This record gives sequence, C-alpha cells and structure tokens, in this order.
Amino acid sequence: MRSRRAGYEGVVACVPVTVPYQRYSIQSAHWWIGRALHTLVTTAGLEPRDIDGLSISSFTLGPDTAMGLTQHFGLSPRWLDHVPMGGASGVIALRRAARAVQAGDAEFVACVAGDTNQVDTFRKTLQGFSRFSQDAVYPYGAGGPNASFALITRHYMDRFGAKREDFGRVCVSQRDNAMQFAPALLRKQLTLDAYMAARPIADPIHLFDCVMPCAGAEAFLVCRAETATAMGLAGVRVLSTIERHNGFPEDEIQFRGGWAMDVDDLWAMAGVDAKDVDILETYDDYPVIAMMQFEDLGFCRKGEAAAFVQSHDLTASGSFPHNTSGGQLSVGQAGAAGGYLGLVELIRQLTGQAIGVQVAGARVGVVSGFGMINYDRGLATAAAVLAAA
Amino acid sequence: MTEQLSRPTRRNPLARTRLPVPLGGPRSRAAQGLTQAAAEGVFRLQVCTVCRAATYPPRDVCPRCLSGELVFEACDPYGVLVAETRIDISGEAHFRERAPWRIGSVRMDCGPMVVAHLHGGVAQGQRVRMTLMLDKTGGAAMVALPATYGDVPPDDRVLREFTCDPKFRRVLVTDGRGSLGQAMVTALREAGAAEIFVGVADGWKPFGGEAALRAQAGVSPVVLDLTDTQSVMECASQIGGRVDIIVNTAEHVRAGGVMAAQGVSEARAALELRSLGLMRLAQGFGPIMRMRGADGVDSACALVNVLAVHALMNWPEFGVASAAEAAALSMSQCLRAEFRGGGIRVLNVFAGPQDTEWFQTVPAPKVAPMVLARAVVAALRGGGEDCFVGDVAEDYRARLAANAKALERELGA
Repeated sequence: MRSRRAGYEGVVACVPVTVPYQRYSIQSAHWWIGRALHTLVTTAGLEPRDIDGLSISSFTLGPDTAMGLTQHFGLSPRWLDHVPMGGASGVIALRRAARAVQAGDAEFVACVAGDTNQVDTFRKTLQGFSRFSQDAVYPYGAGGPNASFALITRHYMDRFGAKREDFGRVCVSQRDNAMQFAPALLRKQLTLDAYMAARPIADPIHLFDCVMPCAGAEAFLVCRAETATAMGLAGVRVLSTIERHNGFPEDEIQFRGGWAMDVDDLWAMAGVDAKDVDILETYDDYPVIAMMQFEDLGFCRKGEAAAFVQSHDLTASGSFPHNTSGGQLSVGQAGAAGGYLGLVELIRQLTGQAIGVQVAGARVGVVSGFGMINYDRGLATAAAVLAAA
Repeated sequence: MTEQLSRPTRRNPLARTRLPVPLGGPRSRAAQGLTQAAAEGVFRLQVCTVCRAATYPPRDVCPRCLSGELVFEACDPYGVLVAETRIDISGEAHFRERAPWRIGSVRMDCGPMVVAHLHGGVAQGQRVRMTLMLDKTGGAAMVALPATYGDVPPDDRVLREFTCDPKFRRVLVTDGRGSLGQAMVTALREAGAAEIFVGVADGWKPFGGEAALRAQAGVSPVVLDLTDTQSVMECASQIGGRVDIIVNTAEHVRAGGVMAAQGVSEARAALELRSLGLMRLAQGFGPIMRMRGADGVDSACALVNVLAVHALMNWPEFGVASAAEAAALSMSQCLRAEFRGGGIRVLNVFAGPQDTEWFQTVPAPKVAPMVLARAVVAALRGGGEDCFVGDVAEDYRARLAANAKALERELGA
C-alpha cells in the first residue's frame, strides 16, 4: 500500500503576476522573465536578494537555464528549479516550491514562466521540439501541434460522438471571459456561427480551436502562510496536487490523460470533491483537451463532456466558471507561461484580485496542466486543488 | 480518393519555376536505421532482441524491458488507419505549397503507433500497408498505402513526392549504343515517359539496334559523349532544362587486374567514362535539375547510376573495371549531398554481370539487359535509393552484410 501523503499545511501561493502579452516581441525570454520577477518583487514588497528560491520555465531561454538566470539577474538563491514541462509547468513548480518552503529549504520561492515570440520563434521551437518529433512527426506535414491534436480530436469525436459545436461552446464562452480581461490579445467577440465558419487548419481543427503563439510571462510567489499574512499578501492554500507522466501509454490515441490515474488521490487528499469546486482552470491548448480534463478530473463521466458543456454555462458568471481569464485560446499562448496562466488566474480569483470578471464567492478552485507532445500525445499531466486562505 | 494524375500541360515560359524548399532538420542516429531500410526499399522497425517488442519512433532503449539491444528487423507492414487529418496550414513553406497534405495515425499489427503520410487511396478505418520511402530531403518517411494494393500502387500526388516515377517525365539515357541503353528506352516507354533523349557518342559509327532505336516514337537521339566535356556541355545547353531523369547507362567493362595490365591506358579510359563521365554529367545537367526539383508533377527528380556491384568490393578478375566503378560510386555519394537540397534523388542500381558480350567468359547467373532496365524503372517507382539487381548482386549484398572481409577473400580466391 502506498504511504499516506503529507499535506501542504502552512504554505500559500500569492502575488499573482501577468506581464501583458505581445503577439511578437523583439525582447528575449530573459527580459520577459525579468519583467515578471520585477513585478513580483515590487508587489510583494521584497528586495531581489530576499528571493532565496527560484523556479523557472521557458522554451526560448536557450542556451541558458535557470542557473544562468541567477547570474543574469544578480540573485543568489539557495534553492533553484528548472521545470521544462510545458503546460504542466505551473502546477509542478507550485508543488515542488510548496515542499521546499514547508521543509524550510527556502523562504520565498519565486515561480516564473516566460517566453518571447520573435517572428520565427514558433517554427524553430516546433522544428527542434523533441527527438521523436524530429524523427517521426515534424517531417510529416509540419503541422505542429495543430496536426497532432487534429488526430486526437478526430478520434475523440469518433469515439464519444462529440461535435465541433461542443468544442465551439468552450471557445465562445472563454472569449466572453476574455472580453473583460484586459491583457487578452483576442478580445473580439466570437459567436458560435463564426467559430463554425472559421477556416480549416488541420481538420477537424479550425482557426478558433488554435491558440495564438505570443510573448509574455506569468509568476507567483510561494511562502509560509504566516509570512504572507505578516506582509499583507493574500494567498491561497494548496489542498492537494497530482502529477503524472506518460500515463496510459497503451491507449492507441490519447482520449484521456494521466489525471484519470490520479484523480481519486487528488480529491482524497483535498478533502473536498468536484461538486465543491467554484472555478475550474484547465489547460486549453485545444478545446478537446479542456473537455478531457472535465472528465478525467471527475466533473463528468468519461465521454460525457459534450453533454456537460451543452448543459452548463462556462462563462465566469455562469453555472460552471471555466478559464475565467479567457484561457490561452483568447489570452494567447506565451510558451511555458501558458502552463502558468490558469494557476495565476486562479490565485487572483480566490484572493479577490480578478482583472476581469470576479467569480462571486469563489472559495475552492482547481487548476490543471498538460504538457509536451513528445510524439503523438501530451505526456505530462498535473492538477491542484486550491482554496482561499 | 486517389487523384488521377494527368499529363502536365506545356509550361508557360514566362511563369516562374517553383523552387525546391528543403525540409531539413536533424534526425537521430537511431532513425537512420529507418533511412537504411527506406534506401533499400524494405520495411523494417526496431525490435528488442531481449523481449521481442517492436517499437517506433526509433529509440535507444526498449520501452518494455529497458534493454539497449534494439535492432532493425523486417516487420509485418500491415495496420489500421485509426485517425486521419488533412493539414491545410503548415508551418513550413515546403508543405504550405503542397497543401492540403494528409497524415494519419496507424496502429501497426505488430504493435507500434505510426504517424504516416497517406496515399490518396487510404481512408480512416481501413487496413493499410506501411512502406518506408525516402522523402525529398533523404530522410525516412512512413507512407501508408491501401492494404489491397500490390507492389506498384497507382501513382498519385502524394506518392510522387516520395518516388521518381518516369510517367509523364522526360528522361535522358546517356548511352544508346549499348544493349542496356536500348533496353532502358523500351522500359521507359512502357512506363509512360513523356520523352526519351538517348545519348549517342561517335554517331558516325554504326551500332547494333540503331535503326530500331531511331525509329521509335518519342525517342530523340542526341549527341553525347561522356568522355568529352564539350560534348556534355553542348548537350546540356540544348536539352538540360527539359531533362527530369538521367539514367546513366554508360559502361566500360574489360577483364583484367592491376599488375598484369599493360600500362594505365585501359584504367584511364575506364575512369574517364565511368567516374569523370559522371562528373561531367553532373556539372552539365545537375545545376538546372536542382533548380527544377519542385517543378510540378513532372519536376526533375532523379539521377540513376547503373553500377557494377563490384563497385562495393573489388573483383580481381575485373579489377581495373571494379576500381572505376568504385570511383563512380564515390562520386555518386558526393552528388547525393549536393543534390539533396534540390529534391533530386541519386539512385544507385547495383547489377551483377550482365548477359552481354563483355561478360562472355563469366558463368551464369547473369542479368539480361531488359531485366535490369525494368528493375531501374521499378526502383524509380519505389521510394529507395540503393537497388540490387540479379542473383549475383543480391549474393554480394548478403555477403557484404555478413562479413565484408570474407567476401574480399572469396573474390580473390
């Protein structure tokens, strides 16, 4: 029998930071990460030297890693992490940082994700994404994630009877949320008709199923709850977390993520369950993945996400507030910052600091992450249940 | 549905020629095992010698038992197309101009999931036969064909990206004086080549089969002497822009070894034709072919070298000739690198002794010129770049793979 997991008592995540995104930037990832860190430090009322723990996620930092950034930024942390897990980076950075603070290995862990997007950055990132991709995906039409998720989406539609309209509901409601969220790059209203009429990119993926690559950065601070309180920082508690890599490798085509392996653990550790959740922030690189998270995290049964989105209002003021800032589909995908976007937004919502629509009375939220199509499926899955302090 | 290819219309001389856009990018060393299989036109996957699991994409460690003992083996090439998509928007110029482009996920009967290019006749849910071909940049490509198709699937738009089918293409056969060149013309006409240029050196000298060769419709004899730089350059200046495939059928076969030869004039003649001749051909025709590697259905696509298999290991009985063949082979390897960015394939066809006068003293089995010519056409229609024709060539290949040193001794015995 597996040993019982210790909780995350006494630790909070606070100081949510979003550096407004840009479609293209002439700056480097270092610059974007530096902007986020600067905002984080000044907002928290800290000096840079107070940061004794640092966690970094970025696709475009090369040839540097978190290590090089310490010298670049003039920091001397005693705890350092580099989380190269794409869309799962935020939750994974959080759960590691929480343990470090809990154990006393660091006092203030700044978790930062940021990427630049220069004119040819996205193509270059795809071209060199992974060894399996170089050998067995990229030369096959160079469709990038659009083509890989087209195959996953096609299979999901065939298997569970989901329709494009169902994915459209996810996209349209997120756009509604984004219209109130100033940093979002895509704030023009999207109708279901416009969604359906969009041009095909890689069938059944059409234009509004795709995120827009951009430059940006996100950050948050992890510290002891009493420290945050003393500093006047509103934080969120971590009720539970899960992480899984290469879950269900035997599935022909991905129709579920590793969350489904760990979902019981997630709720058992949290001491709450799905019906107690006020806000869900999923990783929405494509709407089908958001719908998989509804199922695999237990908000509905497997294969029933289409019915779920038909019977719920997914906007921030609706019956099931989902991706309340608009998600990557509307805000933009700033590389690894995309893996932080939901988490940073959830911290804002649960601490009453929403930039867009504030979900009224939100106490408990779930954020999940999904990262890295190494070959034909996303490998990393993670989720966290957070609660207002 | 397979798109029927129609005969391309005459080019508008004012229209810009579409230039090849290479799709580069590194491949892992393990993946070169697939390249090797594709080059030879066989289907192989990595198999773990410990637990027997077949695996894809290529790895260095078995995902079932963690052994490091993975070898490429012939595998069951059949599977089912589980999901497909049509890419309308690609991130690469190479595929943007070929859009829409279909790919799909295939569950192989032997286990792995393979993301593959799809022949036009393949549809989701159907059984497929997977083949390994070379793409325009020389990398291995998984191409799914309908399971019901034979060894020669109907040509289609997608397949044309991986093959060099002579149908609708204009071909230069470099030497029409010999029986191989003449057989080549016949085989290319059978294959639907649009026009066949046949090089004839020393036209004032009559040769066997000349009348029949000159009488064939769609066949245009041209003056071409591969031992003469000026002749090659003049020929290229006249027809270079219209040649899509070159089949180098020039031969110089003389018995004899190195020490017993009287001086070096025989060796010089052999090298002049086989090695320097290939060089002249490449200098004359290569640059324009390389510019025309993406020029539509009848783009320039291939340079075929018909080589004696003894290029791979010297046969002392024909020692000087073997050395000249080896030099030509080495040149062709260089040309592969130089042609790659232009989407032109250098196809080496290794033949055993032919059933011609120059091998009169050699015992059977020998290769009939017509068999060799049809094998060249089959190789052009396949997706590979190294082809072995005849029992002797196959025997050579097997012996080389098993123990090259043994072959050296066996040939010298």
